[in-house]
Amino acid sequence: MPILEGKGVTKYFGGLAAVSNLDFTVEQGELLGLIGPNGAGKTTVFNLISAALVPKSGTIKFKGKNITGLKPYKICRMGVARTFQSVKIFANMPVLDNVVLGSFFGVSTGNSSADAVREATELLEFVGLSQLKATPAKDLTLANQKRLEIAGALATKPELLLLDEIMAGLNSTEVAQAMELVSRIRDKKITIIMIEHVMKAIMNMCERIMVLHHGEKIAEGTPKEVATSKKVIEVYLGEKAHAGS
Amino acid sequence: MDRVRGISKRPFLLGLLLLILISLATSPLYAAQYTVILLTSIFMYIVITVSWTMFSGPTGYISLASAAFFGVGIYTSAILGRALPLPFVICIGGLVSFCLALLVGALTLRLRGIYFVMFTFGLVELLLHFILWWEVNITGTTGRVVPTVSNTTVYYLMLITFVILMLTAYFIRHSKFGLALQSIGEYEEAAAHRGINVTALKTITFAISALFMGAAGAIMATRWTYIDPRIAFNPLVSFMPVLMAIFGGMGQLYGPIIGAAVFTYLEEFLITRFPYYYMLIFGIIMVVAILYLPDGLVGLIQKLWKRISESKYADT
Amino acid sequence: MIVRILDVAIAGLLLGGIYALIAVGLSMQYGVARVLNIAHGEFIMLGAFITWWLYTMLDINPLVSMVISGPLVFIIGFILYRTLFTRLRASSASPAAFEGSSMLACFGLLFIIQNVAILIWGADMKGYSYLAFPVNVGGAKFAANRLVTLGFAMAIGLVFYLFLARTRLGKAIRAAAQDPAAAGLMGVNINQVLALCFGFGALMAGFGGTLISISYKIQPTMGLEYTVIALIVIVLGGLGSIPGSFIGGLLLGLVGSIVTYIQPGLSLVAYYVIFMLLLLVKPTGILGK
Repeated sequence: MPILEGKGVTKYFGGLAAVSNLDFTVEQGELLGLIGPNGAGKTTVFNLISAALVPKSGTIKFKGKNITGLKPYKICRMGVARTFQSVKIFANMPVLDNVVLGSFFGVSTGNSSADAVREATELLEFVGLSQLKATPAKDLTLANQKRLEIAGALATKPELLLLDEIMAGLNSTEVAQAMELVSRIRDKKITIIMIEHVMKAIMNMCERIMVLHHGEKIAEGTPKEVATSKKVIEVYLGEKAHAGS
Repeated sequence: MDRVRGISKRPFLLGLLLLILISLATSPLYAAQYTVILLTSIFMYIVITVSWTMFSGPTGYISLASAAFFGVGIYTSAILGRALPLPFVICIGGLVSFCLALLVGALTLRLRGIYFVMFTFGLVELLLHFILWWEVNITGTTGRVVPTVSNTTVYYLMLITFVILMLTAYFIRHSKFGLALQSIGEYEEAAAHRGINVTALKTITFAISALFMGAAGAIMATRWTYIDPRIAFNPLVSFMPVLMAIFGGMGQLYGPIIGAAVFTYLEEFLITRFPYYYMLIFGIIMVVAILYLPDGLVGLIQKLWKRISESKYADT
Repeated sequence: MIVRILDVAIAGLLLGGIYALIAVGLSMQYGVARVLNIAHGEFIMLGAFITWWLYTMLDINPLVSMVISGPLVFIIGFILYRTLFTRLRASSASPAAFEGSSMLACFGLLFIIQNVAILIWGADMKGYSYLAFPVNVGGAKFAANRLVTLGFAMAIGLVFYLFLARTRLGKAIRAAAQDPAAAGLMGVNINQVLALCFGFGALMAGFGGTLISISYKIQPTMGLEYTVIALIVIVLGGLGSIPGSFIGGLLLGLVGSIVTYIQPGLSLVAYYVIFMLLLLVKPTGILGK
């Protein structure tokens, strides 16, 4: 059974269809890339899965259960976590508190204080932020804030993790570090969907890629298939595919 | 170095608190009646202000309904005062306020904060009008007479309420719920995505804060022998806790206590000398505090302290 | 029967006209200047008292005194924005922070203005009689002053609508309401426009106060109730929509008249029931985005 299924998912903003009749399937344990030009509807898809937005029509199922219309906290507790394009962290709270929140309220809500702190500390180690655990989140560099957001999402013990452009604004060293972090997350058997514009990362890491344009799926397949698809090249990749690979 | 200081700090502070509590508890024995009455008023405002800060502080949802819950407590006391012993009446007063707050929260806390502010602002006036209408049309008499209780009893009841509140506030603040409330204030959407049921948490915390305001009202009603809707539902009681919390500083638990103590004493002092000016003065202080004291008195002192201690190290 | 319906309906419009005016004022202040002015009622009260004073001291016709009361309250509002709120806006970390702190500053203003009024004029009720004779409209009798009030409320509303829709300044205001930053980039002096908007809101309050004083008794504590009513109206009409506030005001006035006919004294309760229904079903109101 696929871990995530979407059928006929549609979302309108005013008169504009941000996502139009989208069907998608995500298998357990895979790393799915979600690409497309700006405004293609990628983040909207994430918002619809995590219930930040409610679809106009269509259903979304997580592990076979219908999650359309549920509140975000419920979906999180079922095992879906995400990061945001604009890095949503708790700016004035120390790094450790940012993470421990997820340990307390995520999938395992009955966590004792000691257990939660222990889990959070381990996660900070996992993402490489142990040194900064008492620093207020707003004082972190962008790359570290993104790591913090990922750690915070992981603290909720997700089975499915949605990463929204975690590499945006990072230099090449930081991108490499991010790629390495993603592969370590995969080692934990977490299914990942990744929105990215950094083609190098998508092409090298994802087993499967889905391409959106104007809210519709225009291609889906292995990196090679997508990179050579005429439709995709027309719409999006252009010379980037050759430059990136 | 710091850790050593930290270890010896804790028991010292606790000991100090205990000493203060004992001296407060025994004060009716040695202090003048006037002092006991003043202390009762101070604790009343501390209870209302700390309750208010317990919810509005971390979440940033500014409640203007304190007077409504306080008034509900007053009226509970007035209606049930003869029928039931006072401790029961106080609990019921708190419970009714709790339920009212649950209703208000369920209605408004699912929406943007501005609706909450508007709804809570009008709540006092609404209850005033409703009970006025009720008294004119249904019961036929305006106002009620409240059975009186000795000043010492009122004082002790208020002191006990204060202690229970402080324990509750401390527990919430240092628990995962306190952390969650803070995260809601920081970034509500992100908090929801970490598994926090934001609406439920906001509503329950709001209701708990209303409970204590209702209890305080039920206790204070016994000080006024006669109450009517205008006395019970007074917008000033919504204004004062906000002023006290802002002035005192909302970052720590003791900020509102300092603010409440200062302003209650100020009010007592001014109300006899300048009966029409004191509200005007408080209004001015509110505006000035918002402009120049964003972190309150405690915040100001913390900033000054930081500057002093930093300059100490700068010289070395 | 028809006479009774007409009676209630026109009484509703009379009340609604005033509600519409004060709600448009609050909508200007919250929708454009982004200040939730919970002291709005105090500005209304000032307008009412200035008119009362001018009539009882200097025998100035209340309708004529609008020329003084309105602009006077406008100036107070304008200066307050230029000094207090502009400063607050500059020192606020975010628009949300400004909304919160400006609202609290208004809470302080509420007590300042109300108590200054008590100190000047005393706390008890005042009133005066003006055009108090009855007029016959289709069989139902109405006080002339109420009809005049309705006429003026409609006229002011119309003039204001034309101002917003046709004049350059009106366009600047609408631009500022949509997107202050963009408007600023387009050459609109944003601080000036926002201050003017806040002032216009106060102007409406002043006019509303004058009209209220013609038909009702006044006292320094009268403001709070009108603020609450204005808040409900702007939610009903839709936050951010000025025409919505006007329509909402008329609607709520109608409701008030009906409820007063059935059970006087419960009108505010009825308004709150509508408020609650709105929050449950359509918080964005009639014309809200």
